[in-house]
Amino acid sequence: MSVMEQDSAGAPARASLLYDPKVRSIFYQVLLVVVVVALGYVIVSNTITNLERQNIASGWGFLENTAGFGTNQSLVQYSETSSYGRALYVGFLNTLLVAAIGILFATILGFIIGIARLSNNWVINRLAYCYVELVRNIPLLLQIFFWYFAVLRSIPGKRDKWSIFDTVHLNIGGLRLPKPIWEPGAEWIGYAVIIGIAASFFVARWARKRQEDTGQQFPVFWTAMGLIVGVPIITYLVTGMPMTLEHPNFVETGPIMLRGFELNVGINVIPEFLALTAALSIYTASFIAEIVRAGIQAVNHGQTEAAHALGLRNGPTLRLVIIPQAMRVIIPPLTSQYLNLTKNSSLAVAIAYPDLVSMGGTVLNQTGQAIEIIGIWMAVYLSLSLITSAFMNWYNQRMALVER
Amino acid sequence: MSKKFLPLVLGAAMGVAATTAAGATTLEDVKAKGFIQCGVSQGLPGFSNPDSQGNWTGLDVDLCRAMAAAVFGDASAVKFTPLSAKERFTALQSGEIDVLSRNTTWTMSRDTQLGLNFAGVNYYDGQGFMVRKDLGVTSALELSGASVCTNTGTTTELNVADYFRANNMPYEIVAFEKADEVVAAYDAGRCDVYTTDASGLYAQRLKLTNPADHMVLPEIISKEPLGPVVRQGDDEWFNITKWTLNAMLNAEELGVTSENVDDMKSSDDPSVKRLLGVEGAFGEAIGLSNDWAYSIVKNVGNYEESFNANVGPDTPLGISRGVNALWNDGGFMYAPPVR
Repeated sequence: MSVMEQDSAGAPARASLLYDPKVRSIFYQVLLVVVVVALGYVIVSNTITNLERQNIASGWGFLENTAGFGTNQSLVQYSETSSYGRALYVGFLNTLLVAAIGILFATILGFIIGIARLSNNWVINRLAYCYVELVRNIPLLLQIFFWYFAVLRSIPGKRDKWSIFDTVHLNIGGLRLPKPIWEPGAEWIGYAVIIGIAASFFVARWARKRQEDTGQQFPVFWTAMGLIVGVPIITYLVTGMPMTLEHPNFVETGPIMLRGFELNVGINVIPEFLALTAALSIYTASFIAEIVRAGIQAVNHGQTEAAHALGLRNGPTLRLVIIPQAMRVIIPPLTSQYLNLTKNSSLAVAIAYPDLVSMGGTVLNQTGQAIEIIGIWMAVYLSLSLITSAFMNWYNQRMALVER
Repeated sequence: MSKKFLPLVLGAAMGVAATTAAGATTLEDVKAKGFIQCGVSQGLPGFSNPDSQGNWTGLDVDLCRAMAAAVFGDASAVKFTPLSAKERFTALQSGEIDVLSRNTTWTMSRDTQLGLNFAGVNYYDGQGFMVRKDLGVTSALELSGASVCTNTGTTTELNVADYFRANNMPYEIVAFEKADEVVAAYDAGRCDVYTTDASGLYAQRLKLTNPADHMVLPEIISKEPLGPVVRQGDDEWFNITKWTLNAMLNAEELGVTSENVDDMKSSDDPSVKRLLGVEGAFGEAIGLSNDWAYSIVKNVGNYEESFNANVGPDTPLGISRGVNALWNDGGFMYAPPVR
């Protein structure tokens, strides 16, 4: 390659520009750009002309108009008097929430099942195998309906409940949890968490350095747990317990509609969210399990034998030798699964979870701004996917085998 | 100025589809392909619902069949596209369907901002609430604190928000994409209340496990004039749609039915003669043949026949004429004369 470049740079142009490969390649690239831009221009101007000819209103002004419809889950302040823009924002946050929690559970479950698939225990091995083959071969939408409708029909009705220690309750209206109410002074707990995380980070670095220098190990995990959980608890006690719990209020008398759990008291995890998260996690976990299994099997068996020869037991062998090497194979397809999960979360609309597509659909129908709303949908999913992808690529580079 | 941002949006599919739709008039298109493409619901008994043989039936379906009869003299020259509430206007705007006859509420914003025209009202409806009888609720004002199931992308979502806010009652909304899921969730007990247009409540109640355990509350909280919709800017097609509906109403008023329509051709009443094309050239004026209304009544029937066959007292829905009776019978149905 370098020889060729030297050649073409060194020798004067003998033939006409027409036969110069460099000029030719630039010409074709410019031509391609011009064609793409022209095509884009035609499509856009055609759309605008047609919209105007059909008297369809367009533009972004509608985002500031009053939405006028409610929702059953919003992470930020939202009411019927909020704007359409706010409604879309609420939907966006709900999508982020279900995607983030779904990815977390899918990863944990997927790794467990993937490792179980390789177990020497016949029962565990076969169970994991059945799980994978059953779950990944049933369409996701059916699984969402299953988790929603099958589960809805088996839990108590609105004026009834199942309780655990009288703090966590479940009925058809959702999972009710006590809600922490922060009082003045509670900000110190937040600082304590940050300090705990920072301290754990430094401990981990110090421990790694010490192990490299002396070969002595240090219980990093338990120290970090102590710092991240313990320090805030001590702060909580020292500052005089500046937090109370708002328990869900179960009303048993009065008008029938007001019986059951009072609205907006405590935290209510709506059943639509539970069903969607369960379906997405369980479905994606079956794919992740196969990816993990493939990754682990890609590591040469000699590595295991070598680790055993060094005296490592099965657990440390997996954790210190196999998984770090398997991660190189696992991460790229894992990224695809994360992207899939995020995009699949748009099936939420089937079971009344107010995600971006559901909220956007209502806005679309109220305002008729189809092109704008679909543009927003595409832009949001595209940016979410690109961000996830960028993060995973960065992580992949970090985990990649550094050849010395 | 804000229109300058549109280039950022990828409207390719819509742009292309809209171009083809604007090419010829809808009537020419329809005649060329030999059938009318009619947008209907995904299954609302009495209004648009496929029967056990897969044939579409209902009040909204009959309107499309009547249009096919007017244009082709053949009520079966129509194909149906089931649409969700969310898809319906885009499908019409993009030219995927020729007419939308899908229990669609006529509102000002839909009429003025979407590039669409409402061609009349074929059913005067209003939004109601359905609850379980064993709750003992008798009025919508006792619904404070209720969770309410409904469809996304409909006026019902807005009406219910307005109603609960106006009466200062807290509520929880659970909005689904498809009516079947709303019914399933309500049936499973996820919601205390199911709300949609009153006609829809009667229709969907038939799908519940035990229809008799549920009741519709007396309050009607909104005006929902339902009617056929066409694209703006094609007055010829707009007229055909409008006058198909008017012909069915006029036929009822004049006592012309599918059974006596041949005898009525020799009637002495000039109004009947004009309607059935014996006198005058009213059909030609809207781009059709003069026996257009004869063909509608002969093949589909008048409004009363369609109403009674699909939603009337003798059907499972059992809806009485009420405000949908003719104007001279105490209702709102009033068609301009053929003259």
